[in-house]
Amino acid sequence: MSTLDYTADSVASGGRRAWLHRYVETLKYALHVIVRPFDGYWDLVHEKRGSLAAAHTFLFLFLLTYVLKLMCTNFQFISAPIQYINIYERAASLLLPFLILCLSNWAWTTLFDGKGRFSDIYMAMCYALVPYILIQLPLILISHMITVDEGAYYSVLMSFSVIWCVFLAFVGLMEVHDFGPGKTIIFVFMTILGALIIIFLILVFFSLLSDALGFFVSLYREIVFRLY
Amino acid sequence: MKRLIKWFALCLAGFIMLMPLAAFAIEDGYSSTYTYNYDFWGEIRESPDAYRVDQVIYSGTLGLEKAMSKPQSLFARDNELYIVDTGNNRILQVHREGAQYSLARIIDHAEGAEPSGFNSPRDVSVDQHGNMYVADMNNHRVVMMDGNGRFIREFVKPNDATFDEKLSFLPNKICVDSSGRLFVLATNINKGLIKYEPDGTFTGFIGANKVTYSLWDYVWKEFFTTKEQREQQEAFVPTEYENICIDEGGFIYATNTVFSEYDLLYDNAKPIRRINSIGNDILIKNDKYPPIGDLDWVEQSKQDGPSKLRDITVLDNDIYVALDGTRGRLFGYDSQGIMLWAFGTKGNYEGAFTGAVSIEHIGYDLYCLDENDCSVTVFTPTEYGSMIYQASDEYLKGNYDGSAEIWRKVVSLNANYNLAFIGIGRSLMREERFAEAMDYFKMAHDRENYGRAYRYQRKIVIERNIGWVVAVLAVLIFVPMAVKKIMKLKREVGAYEHSGLHG
Repeated sequence: MSTLDYTADSVASGGRRAWLHRYVETLKYALHVIVRPFDGYWDLVHEKRGSLAAAHTFLFLFLLTYVLKLMCTNFQFISAPIQYINIYERAASLLLPFLILCLSNWAWTTLFDGKGRFSDIYMAMCYALVPYILIQLPLILISHMITVDEGAYYSVLMSFSVIWCVFLAFVGLMEVHDFGPGKTIIFVFMTILGALIIIFLILVFFSLLSDALGFFVSLYREIVFRLY
Repeated sequence: MKRLIKWFALCLAGFIMLMPLAAFAIEDGYSSTYTYNYDFWGEIRESPDAYRVDQVIYSGTLGLEKAMSKPQSLFARDNELYIVDTGNNRILQVHREGAQYSLARIIDHAEGAEPSGFNSPRDVSVDQHGNMYVADMNNHRVVMMDGNGRFIREFVKPNDATFDEKLSFLPNKICVDSSGRLFVLATNINKGLIKYEPDGTFTGFIGANKVTYSLWDYVWKEFFTTKEQREQQEAFVPTEYENICIDEGGFIYATNTVFSEYDLLYDNAKPIRRINSIGNDILIKNDKYPPIGDLDWVEQSKQDGPSKLRDITVLDNDIYVALDGTRGRLFGYDSQGIMLWAFGTKGNYEGAFTGAVSIEHIGYDLYCLDENDCSVTVFTPTEYGSMIYQASDEYLKGNYDGSAEIWRKVVSLNANYNLAFIGIGRSLMREERFAEAMDYFKMAHDRENYGRAYRYQRKIVIERNIGWVVAVLAVLIFVPMAVKKIMKLKREVGAYEHSGLHG
């Protein structure tokens, strides 16, 4: 524990090296979380054994893995039209729902006695993405070594990584908020509902904004037209 | 916090730089091309012309006194082409001599039949003995005549319990198999094709369309509608076929134009079927996309929606050609259901149609009947088109290398032709040049063949490299072990000497 016992002061005085040390330790801690999620998640948040920097890293690696999977998997196992893929669009289509779901979960759980802060939820969710990275990144290489007849191994590992991630996310939410499993399930559904509401509000906001802007633009045009 | 943001920004910059530039879709000109094919992604790829218009036969070309009116069907056997001139209640027999077409005779009645004239004939068929069958729609019969036009027999409304008495018998399309069995597609009859034995007895229906309705349709109809409403709605009934034709092996190819677009995309509509003697669809579909005509339903001056395949013909090598009435196009598929080419358009010039209704073939030449223009367009294969046929023929004959040689020529004319890449790849695989074969299969997106070639290639690579891989592994495992042992020995010796010095 002593190596991890950093206070804000010691980080400031220890400088860059101490920060880097803690960063690497929090990265390594993910390996503990994914195999012992119940203890791991509790300590991650309540014993401050995780860091936001590591969480950002995992999220980034997750998006990178997803994009690399689309671009580099052998054509036998993926039928994404590489020539038409916009990687930024694809990455954003994962990132935005992820953030909206975190936000929605935070919004609900804050109202209903959840212990987690937004940064805790975000961190827990990012740490849950680690199996996806660990399994799918090597799978890209493996896809070039096997034939389509042996694809069963590939698809089993593929599904396994996703199931593992979902399980981790579930346990993560339980531990972060100190909820029971039943309550967590209810809040998973609430979270999805909340996310839909948020998306709806965003759409309404932008449509109203464009209408409002459109009004001023046409007003300006009208004035210009009348004056000249 | 500032450092964190900095670090994150660095990551983002790295992310942007690491990624290869996103490739943007290059919009191919869609409508400019006359002949085309679909690539793996279902996009249209321009292609060299597989067929060109040899000539267009009009009433004037044949020297007819009375011009054709609403002709509905074509039939070809050997060098004779039969045009069903429905509006004039007659059938025109056109003889082909090389590239010359001349009117051989006009058949407007069956000698000895009662009534002897035709009333709105819709289709004609000739068996290998020269007997002619005419679907005489408004006389409610199919007339069978010998080669000289003398009446032999007629096939009338079946007198059978399975046949609804209230319906009138309106034969629309017919075909005859090699043993003289007659298959009739009649308007208003949705139980399938009506089958007659050579002696004229009715023996049942074959190949009915399956009734399809969704659970939602059923629930809605059963629980949410009143009896009166239900009577107003159409019943769940199988649909009729649009057209039929029979191949050398006695299989009936049928086209179907009544379906929902949704069904078509998931291959539930099956607009082309190959019906065997017990009425099952046995059409082979080995392509990514099923044979449904156009995949891309771009709106083209009011012609939108899926292809409506009005007629179909089967060439001698099991290649079938379907005719689309929506856009006036012809689609050629090989026996594996892979599209060979597509061409045609709507319009008023040579090679375009205003109302294409029927298609036939003599050898590799195609004949397309236009009911509005009252013309028959004769298509002959170009060099490119005949190379495709030759290559498939050579492959079927077992001359794989000869076939690959022709496919190479095809590729030099059309670098988007997947079938050619697969053909070359197969030949390379036979020569055990697996790495090259893999490249070709990859270009054609052929996963099965790529996997096959790759399995051999992998074996070769492993066998070639297993020696040094094992050696390196052995070195990696045994050298550290040996080093450890030596170190241990040294330490022990050192300790012994140390103790010995002081002892």
